[in-house]
Amino acid sequence: MRARGAQPLLFGALGVLLLALAWELYKALGPAEGVVIGGTVLLPRTTELAMPHVWDSVARAFEPATGSAGELVVVAVARAAVQTLGTAAMGLVLGALVGVLLALVMQRFRLADRAMLPWLILSQTVPLIALAPLVVAWGGRLELGALQWERWMSVAVIASYLAFFPIAIGTLRGLRAPDQEHLDLFRAQGVGWWRTLRYLRLPAAVPQLLSSLRLGAATAIVGTVVAEVSTGARGGIGRLIVEYAQSGSSDPAKAWAPIAGAVVMGLVAAGIVALAGLALRDYRRAEAR
Amino acid sequence: MSAVEVSGVTKVFEVRSGRGAATVRALDDVSLTVAEGEFVALIGPSGCGKSTLMRLIADLDEPSSGDVRVFGMPARRARLERAYGIAFQQSGLLPWRTVRANVELPLQLHGAPAADRRARADELIELVGLTEFADRHPDQLSGGMQQRVAIARALAEHPRLLLMDEPFGALDEMTRERLQGELLRIRAETGAAVVFVTHSIPEAVFLADRVVVMSPRPGRITDTVAVERAPIAAGPADDAVRETDAFFRSVTAVREALHGREGAAPRGAEAR
Amino acid sequence: MTEHRTAQQRPAQTRPAQPWIDQGWVRIAAPAALGAAALVAWEVAVTALDIQPYLLPAPTAILAQLQAALGGIVAAALATGRNAALGLLLGAVAAVVVAALASRVRWLDQVVAPLVAAIAVVPIVALAPVLQTMYGATSEMPRIIVVAIASFVPVFITTLRGLRQVRPVHRDLMRAYGATGWQATRVVTLPGAVPFVFAGVTIASSVAVISAVVAEYFGGLQNGLGSRIASAAAQSGYSRAWAYVVAAIVLGLVFYGVTLVVERIASRWARVPVT
Repeated sequence: MRARGAQPLLFGALGVLLLALAWELYKALGPAEGVVIGGTVLLPRTTELAMPHVWDSVARAFEPATGSAGELVVVAVARAAVQTLGTAAMGLVLGALVGVLLALVMQRFRLADRAMLPWLILSQTVPLIALAPLVVAWGGRLELGALQWERWMSVAVIASYLAFFPIAIGTLRGLRAPDQEHLDLFRAQGVGWWRTLRYLRLPAAVPQLLSSLRLGAATAIVGTVVAEVSTGARGGIGRLIVEYAQSGSSDPAKAWAPIAGAVVMGLVAAGIVALAGLALRDYRRAEAR
Repeated sequence: MSAVEVSGVTKVFEVRSGRGAATVRALDDVSLTVAEGEFVALIGPSGCGKSTLMRLIADLDEPSSGDVRVFGMPARRARLERAYGIAFQQSGLLPWRTVRANVELPLQLHGAPAADRRARADELIELVGLTEFADRHPDQLSGGMQQRVAIARALAEHPRLLLMDEPFGALDEMTRERLQGELLRIRAETGAAVVFVTHSIPEAVFLADRVVVMSPRPGRITDTVAVERAPIAAGPADDAVRETDAFFRSVTAVREALHGREGAAPRGAEAR
Repeated sequence: MTEHRTAQQRPAQTRPAQPWIDQGWVRIAAPAALGAAALVAWEVAVTALDIQPYLLPAPTAILAQLQAALGGIVAAALATGRNAALGLLLGAVAAVVVAALASRVRWLDQVVAPLVAAIAVVPIVALAPVLQTMYGATSEMPRIIVVAIASFVPVFITTLRGLRQVRPVHRDLMRAYGATGWQATRVVTLPGAVPFVFAGVTIASSVAVISAVVAEYFGGLQNGLGSRIASAAAQSGYSRAWAYVVAAIVLGLVFYGVTLVVERIASRWARVPVT
């Protein structure tokens, strides 16, 4: 089912084109006040301020962000995206460490699994915006010698909070994946838990681990962007999205640029994880295609 | 008119592997005639093309060359006119339907009115001896029972030809033997011709009038063994048939045809 | 035909050691015990270490706020819940329709697949501010749309998987009966896909609530849980903010619970294992 080479990119581009076409079509044909049914606006207004033309938004991206000179919108977005990606990567690494550790503990001690799993699931129902002030305040009190706790670290911690869960669940499932026959073989050889882990469970867990890393990367990015907004961190794409949207009533075209930047950033992250998947090709041979 | 007429059929598959494409000659110039009401078993080792041949008769696949006719019609038309009933190794029952609804399935697909469907389904369910289970779901039945439902379903539209691809393959030996007897009994009542794919020699000899032996690479018919029947008062479906000398002789004949040797002494220990 | 069984599928009596863990009551007792212990430790730590409320409020303080502001909490929860439910419904229906079309029309599938993959890695809430501009400051639609897009992805993925997992034997059966494409879809594919649809909805349910809460952070009406949490924190009413957080958690659990029950019913009807 996985298309080769550039095909998905081409079709993706086609999809984006179709969306742009739908946007312009609605803008041309839709009522100026939007589609209103029973007092609620269902489809947006089609004025220039509410819905800028696709090409206007694209053109705006190549103009200076503020005033008539200075950094171009694209440059500002790209810079912010890089910073966000970096923070998200930190969050992913932290989340992966915690997630894998939790999975190992839960696989080894079934009581821990029974006791912790419901709480882990529950932890994901806590809205991130509630965590932000908490993490920032605690971080401020932390003294790690010369290291100063910076805003982006809070963001990374919050991102890891989102990322650890899919990685923990996926890794746990992967650790439990080996056939009973293989486990019996190891047991018959008198191999203990640690070496069974190293030679059987971990290799068998690779497919699940990879797919959960992919999911974890996506959630880390989402968490990073949201956390950037709720902690007020500077320099990331989250702040840019809110900033540009705030001037949206006068400069609507600019607001779409950071969103496009976030999309590209997400795709880059997915691509990086896919590359990691290539490196571990051998361990994925049992995967159904 | 014969039930099935296969003439010079060849089937070639293209297999894409790591090193590019390769062709597999699943069937090579195969011809077969099945008379009306005749029970023919197809037997051979894995890869000999017996399932492929059955699928061609059922028009689930098309031959690369050659002709397949069912009751004088091209296979495709025979399929669309529901000239045959079919049963697979997996019973293929729809898990969300009751036994009755599963048996009604072909009738429902072809637009039979509800009352007629129900009457026919009940009739068939009784024929296979599962009346008390008519409202149960497949996951509440054993493997043997599920296959009985599949056979009932195959008979739903009074077919004059039954195509069966190792329907008892996934069952244990005792259930197999019981269902073999049931199949013969049902067929005696309906008078249908049967093309039955198997890789069990005793099963083929017990059930068939004629056993067609096939060999692989490329798939072709190497021999045909007419089954010797000892006259038994209780009828051909009786288990006592399995103990007769005629049965053992036929088993030996089929085995020798499979192994391609002449004049070997029968080795009773190997008869399963 | 021996099947490979993972360690989890082995019958309980052949598993080594600790059989009491498999008892049903442990599933409730173990997490409950852990939760109770954590709550007690939390309360003790806050009192003993004299932790300021802005760092971590005590459970008792949060409980007090819950009781005090119950009316407002419920109202806010209803507002957020309404957005989440509408968005979930919209996203799920759209996902089923698009998945059904994508499974039949090949080029549509190839166009939609990369788009869905892209949506999955992008923070949907990023659209909230821009949508707010498009719809005006008093509209709830931006939040509903954000929830709908976020819910679309998991339902689309699982529905597509369900529509594609027609077993070959059923496909052969339909062909042998000369069933039309539509008949085969109606009789075999759709019923088999139903539990997959609901599995996706269950996954989407908690995403829906969280997206609804977070989307409120980006402007618009200040009537939901998210905006209440933010305003309480801004006014330094941290116990109150956490009371609203508890409400959000409960809302998420309610959504998850309801969709889980519906999924179980659908699975039992279809009797198709969801892999």
